[in-house]
Amino acid sequence: MGALHTDTPRLEMRGVCKRFGATVALAGVDLTVPAGEVHALVGENGAGKSTLMKVLSGALRPDASEMWLDGRPFTPSDPLAARAAGVAMIYQELNLAPHLTVEQNVTLGIEQHTAGLIHRSALRRRIAETLERLNRPDIRPDVPVRRLSPGERQLVEIARALMTDARVLVMDEPTSSLGLADIEQLFGVIERLRAGGVAIVYISHFLEEVQRVAQRYTVLRDGRNVGSGLIGDVTLTRLVELMIGRRLEQMFPRVPHQLGEPVLRIEGLCGRRAPLDADLTLHRGEILGLAGLVGAGRTELLRAIFGLEAVRRGTVRVANYSGGKQTPARRLAQGVGLLAEDRQTEGLALSRSIADNVMLSRLSSFARWGWINLRTMRRATTEWIRRLDIRARSTDQRVRELSGGNQQKAALARLLHHDVDVLLLDEPTRGIDVASKAQVYQLIGELAARGKAILMVSSYIPELIGICDRIAVMHRGRLGTPRPADEWTEHAIIAAAASGKEAAA
Amino acid sequence: MKTESRPLLEDKTDLPCSSVAGSLLTALAPFLGLLLVVALFYAIPPHPPVTMLHLQTVAVHTMIVGIAAMGMTFIIISGGIDLSVGSAIALSSVAAALALKHGWPLPIAIGVALATGAACGLYNAVLITALRLPPFIATLGTLGFYRGVAKWISDSMPVSAPTHGLEGWVRPVPIQEWLPFAPGVWLMLGLGVFLVAVLRYTILGRYTFAIGSNEATARLCGIRVPRVKVYIYVLAGLMVGLAGLMQFARLTQGDPTVAIGLELDVIAAVVIGGGSLAGGQGSMVGTLAGAFLMAYLRNRCTVLGWPNFVQEMIVGHIIIIAVAVDQWRVRRTAR
Repeated sequence: MGALHTDTPRLEMRGVCKRFGATVALAGVDLTVPAGEVHALVGENGAGKSTLMKVLSGALRPDASEMWLDGRPFTPSDPLAARAAGVAMIYQELNLAPHLTVEQNVTLGIEQHTAGLIHRSALRRRIAETLERLNRPDIRPDVPVRRLSPGERQLVEIARALMTDARVLVMDEPTSSLGLADIEQLFGVIERLRAGGVAIVYISHFLEEVQRVAQRYTVLRDGRNVGSGLIGDVTLTRLVELMIGRRLEQMFPRVPHQLGEPVLRIEGLCGRRAPLDADLTLHRGEILGLAGLVGAGRTELLRAIFGLEAVRRGTVRVANYSGGKQTPARRLAQGVGLLAEDRQTEGLALSRSIADNVMLSRLSSFARWGWINLRTMRRATTEWIRRLDIRARSTDQRVRELSGGNQQKAALARLLHHDVDVLLLDEPTRGIDVASKAQVYQLIGELAARGKAILMVSSYIPELIGICDRIAVMHRGRLGTPRPADEWTEHAIIAAAASGKEAAA
Repeated sequence: MKTESRPLLEDKTDLPCSSVAGSLLTALAPFLGLLLVVALFYAIPPHPPVTMLHLQTVAVHTMIVGIAAMGMTFIIISGGIDLSVGSAIALSSVAAALALKHGWPLPIAIGVALATGAACGLYNAVLITALRLPPFIATLGTLGFYRGVAKWISDSMPVSAPTHGLEGWVRPVPIQEWLPFAPGVWLMLGLGVFLVAVLRYTILGRYTFAIGSNEATARLCGIRVPRVKVYIYVLAGLMVGLAGLMQFARLTQGDPTVAIGLELDVIAAVVIGGGSLAGGQGSMVGTLAGAFLMAYLRNRCTVLGWPNFVQEMIVGHIIIIAVAVDQWRVRRTAR
C-alpha cells in the first residue's frame, strides 16, 4: 500500500485469502482505511469485493488474514460480533423489516442491552440525535418503514448502523436503487459522517460517483490488489484500465456467419422498472450483446421479451407472429427461448435428471396421449450429451451432480432441443470453467451460422467484444443504440455503462 | 488459450445408450424400512400365528388412507399440500349416501362420490392458482368449509342408505371365496399400479415432478403451471372421492363427522413413503407402504392389547424416524 499513515488506521486488513473449493476468491488482499476517509473499493463483478466485505463483516471466515481495528486485532466470529466491534454494513438490498416502525428497525437487536427493560425515552433521544446527525430530523420514529421512500429507507439503515456506534461503515452499491435527489442527500450524509470521523468503505460501479465521494481508492481484480492511491491522482480511464487489467486475448473462436432478415422487433418496450422505452431489431444469424451494470435492466429486458415479466407498454414482434398476451409457453411456440441468468434457482430443476431437464419444454414430442416413450427420450438426451460434450454418467443423472459448465450446457441443450430461432442468453458463461466457456462461444457462433438470432447479456466485456456482431449498452433501464462490436472498446463500454453517455472510442 | 474448432453441433458417431440400475437400493428403501418395523413389532411377544384374517384386516384398514394418500402423493410431489382431505372424504361419503337414499342406482352414486371429491380438488386448485394462496392456507380454509357443507346437506346426522352390496367391497373376508382380499383392496392396488405408471410415464407425471422440483424452471419451459396444478388437485380429488365411497361402505352410512384428522394420516403415509414436503420427491409405492405400515402398527397394538394412546405415540415417532432416516440418506448421497 502506497499511502503513509501518521496515525494508526481505523481499519487495516492484510493478506486476506479465501478459497471456495478450487476457486480462489481472494489471494492476499490488503485494505487500509483511516478514520475520516471515504475509501472506494472498485473492480469488476467477481473481482472479490463482496467476498472481502463479507470477511470484514464476519459473514465469511477467511483462510488467512490479519485485521486490525484502531490498532487492535479484529477477528469477528460472526456478523453480530463485527457489529458490536463497530463494523456496520449497508447492503444493496436493504435489510429492514418493512412492517416495523423506524424506531423498531433502528433499535432491532440492541434492545436487550438495556437489561430486560427497554428504556424507550433514552433510546428515543438517541434516535432523534442520530436522525439529526443525518440531517433528517423530520423522519418520524413511529412511522412503518414501508411508508418511506427508498432514499429514506437507506437513511434508516444508516441510522441503525450509527446507533451501534459504527466506526467502519461499508456501503455496497448504495445508490443503485436511488433517484437523483436521494443520491445527493446520501452524499451529504456521507460527507457529514466522514467529517465526524467514521471510516467508510464505498463500493460502487458508478465511477463518477466514486470520484465525487471518495478520497482514496483500491482496485481489486481476480482477488488481488492491482492499484490504490488518492482519487485525485487517477483518471477515470486509468481506473477502468486497472479494473480490466489484461488485454483482450484471442480466446474467442469465430465462426463465420451471415446476417439474415429481422426476426425479433422491439418497439418502445417498457417494463415495471426496466426496460424504459427499449427499441431493438435482431436479425437471423446475428449475435447481439447487451452490456451494462448489474441492475441496469438487461435481465428485465430479456424476461420482458420472453413474457416472464410484465410489459407496461410497447411491442415485441417475433418473425410474423404478433399481438396477444405473451407467455413463456407462447414465446416458445413462436421459437423464442430464454437461458435464465441463475441456473440454480431458475434455469434447472436440480433434483431432476438431465433427460428431464433437457426435454422439459418439449416433452410432448415423445408422447402419445400423454404417455411418454422413455426410450426415445433417453436416446435424444444421449444425443445432446454427446453433441455438447456434457460430462455425465448417464441421462438419468441428477443435474445437481454436474459441474457448473455441464449444467450450463444442459440448460443450453434444452433451447437447442426446442430448436428455437431466437435465443435470449442471460450471462451464458457465468460461473463456468474456461474450457466450457470456449465451447459455449463456439456453440453460439455455430448457432448464428445456422441462422439463429442470439441476444446475449454479459457482464464480462471481453466476451461481448470477442463474439458479438453488435453491442448495445444499458444504463439504468435505458437501452443505448447497438453499434458494431469493432467500434467498441472495453473503456467505451464501461464508461457508457457507468455514465449512460456513449462517447466514441 | 486455444480452442478446439471441432464443431459441436455436427452429428457424431453413435455411443451406447447408458442406463444405471444403481438406484435400486434407493427405490427399495421404503420397503426395507417397512420390513424392519414390521419385524421389530412382531418380535414383541405374544406372537399369535399370522393368519390370513389378520392380513386381510390390515389390508382393509390400509384402504381409505391408502387411496387418499395416492392422490396426496401427486400433490406433495408438486410442492403442495392438502389439509382438506378428511373433510372431503366425509363430504363425499355423505354425498354418496344421499344419492343412494334418493333411490339412485349404484353407478350413479359412485359417480356422485367421485364428482364430489373432484369438485373439492378443483375448488382447492382454483383457490391456490387464481387467488395465489399458499396450498396450506387454502386447504386449511376448505378443511372447515367441506366439513360444514357435509353437515349442512346431512342435517348433521349420519345418512343411512341402502348399500347395494358396497359393504362387500371392504369386508376383510371377501364374500367371493376365491378372492384372497377384499375387492376394495384390489381396487387400491390396481389404481396404485396405474398411478405409478402415470407418475413415471406421462407428461403429467413429469410436470408434477418438475413443478415440485423448481416451479420457476417449469414456467421457463413454457409449462402452464396453474393448469397442471388444477389437473393434479382434481386427480387427487377423484381419489378422495373414492376414499369417501369406501368410507361409506365401511360404515354403511354417510357420516358427516367421520375422518376428522385423517388428513394427517394421509400426509404421514406419503412422508413415510419418501415424499418430501419441499416438493420434487415422492413415490407411489412408498406411499402405499407407508399407509400399510400405519395400519399394521395400529392393528399390532390392538393385538398386543396396548391402549390407543400408545398407538398414537408410536405412529408419531414412526413418522419422525422415517423422515429423519430419509434426511440422513439424502445428506449422505449429496456428499
